[in-house]
Amino acid sequence: MSSSATLTSQAYIQHHLTNLTFGYLPGHGWGFAHDAEQAAQMGLWAINVDTMAVALILGGLFAWFFKRVADRVSAGVPGGAQNFVEWVVEFVDENVRGSFSGKNPLVAPLALTIFCWVLLMNLMDLLPVDLLPWLAGMVGVSHLKAVPTTDPNATFGMALVVFGLVLYYSFKIKGVGGFLGELTLQPFGKWGMPANLVLEGISLISKPVSLALRLFGNMYAGEMIFILIAIMYGGGIILGATAGVLQFVWAVFHILIITLQAFIFMVLTIVYLDMAHQEHH
Amino acid sequence: MELEAAQAFAMAIKFIGAGLMLGLGAVGAGVGIGVLGGRFLEGAARQPELIPMLRTQFFIVMGLVDALPVIAIAMGLYLMFAA
Repeated sequence: MSSSATLTSQAYIQHHLTNLTFGYLPGHGWGFAHDAEQAAQMGLWAINVDTMAVALILGGLFAWFFKRVADRVSAGVPGGAQNFVEWVVEFVDENVRGSFSGKNPLVAPLALTIFCWVLLMNLMDLLPVDLLPWLAGMVGVSHLKAVPTTDPNATFGMALVVFGLVLYYSFKIKGVGGFLGELTLQPFGKWGMPANLVLEGISLISKPVSLALRLFGNMYAGEMIFILIAIMYGGGIILGATAGVLQFVWAVFHILIITLQAFIFMVLTIVYLDMAHQEHH
Repeated sequence: MELEAAQAFAMAIKFIGAGLMLGLGAVGAGVGIGVLGGRFLEGAARQPELIPMLRTQFFIVMGLVDALPVIAIAMGLYLMFAA
């Protein structure tokens, strides 16, 4: 939170929805943006440092934890950590076996990474909205958006990677001719080629867009409601107590949404890759 | 005075828009998830041994149905409180 005495609820919300952006500002040189307007002026080549940092830390945490458990794996009675990791791996493996029909050693590890990473990033939503920005404010960081998945850059980044894989495997498995044929020869036959291309093109493009926007929208809505509840804390004892109850209820409900969205992101990734592997004749 | 009236009007339009976003999103999600849950119960009543599989599919489709209304809710709340 900023230290100004007159803090309106609008400014509070805006502040919480602004990323810490590093980039080149015309006339000022390289540096951090002080508000959303400056961040917008930085254009394409600006980095949301908070999103990157939190996402990389969480990704590293996931990789480190799973690697550590895998290194110390024992055939005897497993400990708690090994049990947990085996359970997660089996859960993902079961889903991949259920919905992926082709043969590809990349898909299951990809699904596991996506599920755990998205879940961890979503879990940041359950921390009190002011905790991380407040801690960052102590060391002089002006803005911090703690949940990477409330930044469309992060979700679109992941969705575009999945989309790239879909395109790659479509070309690899079906061949250039097969994939182009799938895009242009369904559903109306070869004389309806332009209509086919439009229809199939839309359904192809809508995959990454809906994948990214679904995760972003759900997390953004959750964060928004947490922020609105946090504003109520400033309204006296009664409102504050109500806000405490509300925050607890919403957090419990949000646990469902968090896991569900991570799970859906994983399942859809598997399904899209499965569609890329299916050959039509 | 003219300016104030115009500002109040813009304010009112903004809140009506946000209200429409929230309300219509809720209508769509309500109908969609209602149909979905009804069919899920029908299926579960007919073949109780399929419940675990049906529940997984139910949650997947619920997440898909839920997405757009939730995006509308986020945008509506943003419009109402922050924009």
